[in-house]
Amino acid sequence: MQIEVRGVSKRYGKVRAVGNASFSVEEGQLLVILGPSGCGKTTLLRLIAGLETVTSGTIHIAGREVTDLPPDKRNISMVFQSYALFPHLSVRENIIFGLKVRKVPGQEIERRLARVIDLLGLGDRLDSKPGELSGGMRQRVALGRAIIAEKPVTLMDEPLSNLDAKLRNSMRREICSLQRRLGIGMVYVTHDQIEAMTMADRIVLMRDGSIIQDDVPENFYEQPANTFVARFIGTPPMNIIPLCATTGGAALEPGGEILFPGIDGNRFKLGIRPENIRIAEQGRPAVVTGQEYLGSDTFIACEINGHELIVRTRGRKTMLEGTRVHLTWDPHTLCLFDAQTEQRLESLPPGRKEG
Amino acid sequence: MNPKIARHVYGWLLFAPAAIFFILFTHYPIVRSCYLSFFNNPRGVQPRRFVGLANYAYLVNDPIFWQALKNNLIYAFGTIPVTVSLAILMAVWVNRRMTGRAFVRAAYFTPTILPMIAIANIWLFFYTPGVGLFDNLLKSMGYSGRNWLGDPDTALLCLMVIAIWKDAGFFMIFYLAALQGIPKDVIEAGKIEGAGRWYFFRRVTLPLLMPTTVFVVFNALINTFRIIDHIFILTKGGPDNATELLLYYLFQTAFEFWDTAYAAVLTVVIMAILMTLALAQFKVLERRTHYQ
Repeated sequence: MQIEVRGVSKRYGKVRAVGNASFSVEEGQLLVILGPSGCGKTTLLRLIAGLETVTSGTIHIAGREVTDLPPDKRNISMVFQSYALFPHLSVRENIIFGLKVRKVPGQEIERRLARVIDLLGLGDRLDSKPGELSGGMRQRVALGRAIIAEKPVTLMDEPLSNLDAKLRNSMRREICSLQRRLGIGMVYVTHDQIEAMTMADRIVLMRDGSIIQDDVPENFYEQPANTFVARFIGTPPMNIIPLCATTGGAALEPGGEILFPGIDGNRFKLGIRPENIRIAEQGRPAVVTGQEYLGSDTFIACEINGHELIVRTRGRKTMLEGTRVHLTWDPHTLCLFDAQTEQRLESLPPGRKEG
Repeated sequence: MNPKIARHVYGWLLFAPAAIFFILFTHYPIVRSCYLSFFNNPRGVQPRRFVGLANYAYLVNDPIFWQALKNNLIYAFGTIPVTVSLAILMAVWVNRRMTGRAFVRAAYFTPTILPMIAIANIWLFFYTPGVGLFDNLLKSMGYSGRNWLGDPDTALLCLMVIAIWKDAGFFMIFYLAALQGIPKDVIEAGKIEGAGRWYFFRRVTLPLLMPTTVFVVFNALINTFRIIDHIFILTKGGPDNATELLLYYLFQTAFEFWDTAYAAVLTVVIMAILMTLALAQFKVLERRTHYQ
């Protein structure tokens, strides 16, 4: 195991930034810490880096306890959100800064530098100052400085958030392939669910300083731990609508067709992904309240009993507001959440075949 | 009126107040001084007469001028390195998180807000032979005192100590601002890379403070030619011209000896020195201290 975080907490006075976080990163794995801003994900990364000290708990990196060691003794490299390049040093000096500090012999420096330049395509900019480079190039320099250290673990703090959307996509793939090729363990912090879903071997989702779910990406989508995860992952997010109790079970509206027989509707919420709903000839009656055309898809907003449901349809669909439609879905794509605790129920109570 | 002309008039009107005072009190006197430096002094009914470079020839052979220039250079090169080093040291010191930081910062800055005349009077007491602070200290340690300001060997040094004491706190403020301008994550990147405190200071902090250092050094240089208030209180250029600085010599020539022609020559010389320094500062700042 490359990194093991056990019961780590961080308090600033009375404020709890990170509470009792535990997770581990296997060798060569890319773990993404995901969460909305202010959830403590960056603090957690800084705790692993040693830039902050833990209030309680332990951290192991590459089989060694590092909880009380300074950053340079932890066998890690790090890429900062703002790149944190030294503005007065050339690209070359920036990249080899750490090697010079550690008094790596000159030949060895040149060998490693040549490899990193080759990996990142920085060959013709070695003598430039960071100020003369574009955002993407600066990002590469920051990556170079992290890679050249040849540490088993690299920490990344929202490294793509200062780039424009197009560059972000290509850098995302580049970082991923670098990580795979070099076989480094990586902890990558982001608030962007797309980055998390596309890059991660494993995602740790945080909220208010606690880990909500620690799982592989597909489970975040298909089996979200609670309504927060369900709505955080996916664009548009999962539809969550309260069920109501009616004679014989739970339905979407009072007196409506029973979806889940034999359960108390008031205690549960229904969750369903927009792409799992179809507009059909028969099914739940609903009213169209709006639409968004995105090119490949059209999101159609419908209303059942005053609750909005987004339906994702392929291609271009034109549906006027107020149109009456029928919605249908596969029962096994439904998620059921506890209305009180917001937690997802592992086993679905048996429902009727067609919705 | 043609709108284009109206815009020009508007612009000149906005420029006029500053321009008028600049021309009246800065530019005209400069030109006038240059002009007067080629004439002799009017005597009674005899009007001033063009003498060419005679006044400048006098300057070259004036030992007191050379003494004053030498004093000024000693004063500048003796005070500036110490002042700048102290300023950096104090800035690094008060930039840390510590109790009473605000108080320490304010304390370092206090000498700057005092008028030079007041400072000179305080230090006059410190330097007073026999009863002054320094002599009392020396006496308590068993040494005999000395006439600090009355001895040509120590008088200039005494003035330099005051300049250092006064300016270090002022320049500290600039360094403090520059230190706070260094991004936190650059410092953290240094920690991740394993740079020790001294190594990081030498290879990152100090170079990043370069723009401030250039600014501070040139301003300090210019100040050594400009600030002479304390000489009036402490030594009046003596003893034996040991504390004669250029501007003080100019003052004496103009308003004690009433030799306006020679004073004009000295003005031109000081002007030339200051202008050279100012131009050099702009050039250096332009060339090598911009990073972002």
